[in-house]
Amino acid sequence: MATEILMPALSPTMEEGTLAKWLVKEGDTVSSGDIMAEIETDKATMEFEAVDEGIVGKILIAEGTEGVKVNTPIAVLVEEGEDASALPAAAPAATAVAEAAPAAVEAPAPSTAPAAPVVDLSPDWPADAEMKSETVREALRDAMAEEMRRDEDVYLMGEEVAEYQGAYKISQGLLDEFGSKRVIDTPITEHGFAGIAVGSAFGGLKPIVEFMTFNFAMQAMDQIINSAAKTLYMSGGQMGCPIVFRGPNGAAARVAAQHSQDYAAWYMQVPGLKVVMPYSAADAKGLLKSAIRDPNPVVFLENEILYGRSFDMPQVDDLAIPLGKARIWRKGSDVTIVSFGIGMQFALEAADKLAEEGINAEVIDLRTIRPMDTGAIINSVMKTNRLVTVEEGWPQGSVGSYISSVVMQEAFDYLDAPIINCTGKDVPMPYAANLEKLALITTDEVIAAVKQVTYR
Amino acid sequence: MAARKTTKKPNVSAEELKTYYREMLLIRRFEEKAGQLYGMGLIGGFCHLYIGQEAVVVGLEAAAKEGDKRITSYRDHGHMLACGMEPGGVMAELTGREGGLSKGKGGSMHMFSKEKHFYGGHGIVGAQVPLGAGLAFADKYKGNGGVTFTYFGDGAANQGQVYETFNMAALWELPVVFVIENNQYAMGTAQARSTSSADIYHRGQAFGIPGEMVDGMDVLAVKAAGEKAVAHCRAGKGPYILEIKTYRYRGHSMSDPAKYRTREEVQKVREQSDPIEHVRELLLTGKHATEEDLKAIDKEIKEIVNQAAEFSKESPEPSLDELWTDIYA
Repeated sequence: MATEILMPALSPTMEEGTLAKWLVKEGDTVSSGDIMAEIETDKATMEFEAVDEGIVGKILIAEGTEGVKVNTPIAVLVEEGEDASALPAAAPAATAVAEAAPAAVEAPAPSTAPAAPVVDLSPDWPADAEMKSETVREALRDAMAEEMRRDEDVYLMGEEVAEYQGAYKISQGLLDEFGSKRVIDTPITEHGFAGIAVGSAFGGLKPIVEFMTFNFAMQAMDQIINSAAKTLYMSGGQMGCPIVFRGPNGAAARVAAQHSQDYAAWYMQVPGLKVVMPYSAADAKGLLKSAIRDPNPVVFLENEILYGRSFDMPQVDDLAIPLGKARIWRKGSDVTIVSFGIGMQFALEAADKLAEEGINAEVIDLRTIRPMDTGAIINSVMKTNRLVTVEEGWPQGSVGSYISSVVMQEAFDYLDAPIINCTGKDVPMPYAANLEKLALITTDEVIAAVKQVTYR
Repeated sequence: MAARKTTKKPNVSAEELKTYYREMLLIRRFEEKAGQLYGMGLIGGFCHLYIGQEAVVVGLEAAAKEGDKRITSYRDHGHMLACGMEPGGVMAELTGREGGLSKGKGGSMHMFSKEKHFYGGHGIVGAQVPLGAGLAFADKYKGNGGVTFTYFGDGAANQGQVYETFNMAALWELPVVFVIENNQYAMGTAQARSTSSADIYHRGQAFGIPGEMVDGMDVLAVKAAGEKAVAHCRAGKGPYILEIKTYRYRGHSMSDPAKYRTREEVQKVREQSDPIEHVRELLLTGKHATEEDLKAIDKEIKEIVNQAAEFSKESPEPSLDELWTDIYA
């Protein structure tokens, strides 16, 4: 049977090309892999190989022809004994196969949030739960220990997590309880061990990867984004990656530019990742437990300054707080302050001081940055009509700027003042004590922003 | 390409040889068809063909047992076919259709099969190497005796994460076979222009990982080396490196004008070292098969590939709702 040979597309963008040269002539026998012609694309001259065996029955497009559309028949291959002269004349270029270009379609957009979103304000533990003071450090360790007792497939890997008991003592005691099979010291090789951990998650384990700080996770960024976050989608839902990347994030004290960066806004951008940034000890524990159980990759951003801070910890059996749910720390009616992580410290201090001046701020702790509980923010703004966001990260492309865009689009009519984003200054973190203080967000700045949006 | 070292009469059954012939031919015909569909605009983006390298994956699959895992980069169609993934599903993924193994959302470079223990299909050069060691880590953790074949090219062999992985795989004695498919060109850069040493398998020595060079145009040599490597891993001795010298006949991807090597060089390999011709010769000279037997196999394979191509054209594009699915589990 005669086979038409079509003008090939030789690059992702090629639509037409020049048939520069025929390297076969009518009557020649070709087999798969033989070079038949040279074709010029917009980028290069390419050789075009035969894919079938046969005899060149007819050459339909003469060499030197320019502007030959992709999929135009350029030659006809016949089998032995077949009469080439009986073949129909060449189809005009215009009838080239069109099935290759599917019509452009508009993808359906996800439905936007309703004007008054339903917000889950249910308490995370029983109101009568007994409370005990506990540090964030203890909370994180207990969360890991409880989940490791609960599930054999959970293990902890990172630099100094085992014998050293954790660079910041978060994993204290875990090696003793779980042994070196499940609490694993790695060499200083973030890219490599992040990749190994992601691979082990594909293989059915539930790794917790501790980065000594998230600054070092930049070495592992490709594995976090390209391998962990995207594989479920690329596999059509077959291959998930249940993994937690955790460690201190943001500025500590006097460690300067390369050790003092808040990555919330970076990770927040990535579909496929969940991003958690707790403030209190109870949230650190409850959210880490949920993160470990979550079938998705979770970036869990801690804070070195908060590690030693004590909070009330409810004494309940299994404190697992759902991801994606904000917490209202303080009810108020005059302004909404939204923050997360260490930013909450400034938000709450500011709210206390503002209350003395008769301004009642509602303070929302996002806790999870992605998926973000924007419903809780909008609900609050519909009541207070004013919004200030507080975070330690840089201003351009900040978490606050995303919140601002969501509120503008979904609750514009409720706003009585422009939203203000309180952020860290737009500079690498300086070392000098006075400059460092200037670069960081302060309670006074939050107070000033609130006064500005409340026109006081 | 080094001259073949295997004997004319290797200790291998007719059935085995026919299986290798069939599997390699399936990959070649499939890839030729993929090239054709690309030319017709039915396959988009990047498309990296495996033509010439068939003996590598077919030989190693012959050394694997059920439950062993494999992972590779974006030149992955051959690996998928060799581990038994449905040709129609692979081709339909190339055409970006609903019937594709990733529902059309992964494409040529990103395909997976939990059922066949194929873990991708990864688009970032070298990233699959720590991932593969991680799969082996999971096997060791679970104590299931599995081995992971982690494939990468001579180009990827210069990525830093490969050596980070060598270090940890040796330190933790992970059951992983690092398979360097050395096709001698990293895209358009010949090995000698990119790599300080001629032999890449030596690079494991610094970590105490044994390695050897294998003729990748000889499926029997590949299988034998694979069996040795797998035995090493299963015995709990840690990783093993196989540098398998092979050759890709086609460009790096479909849009490669291939000006970095001569046509004569490619032609010479095709004529003197073709892995499929090699098995064909063994079958004929060993009187294991007649020309007619082989023609029947050719026909059968052509039929499978044509059906795969038909399926990949007929399968509809994914539903628009699919844009928003599979982002979170």
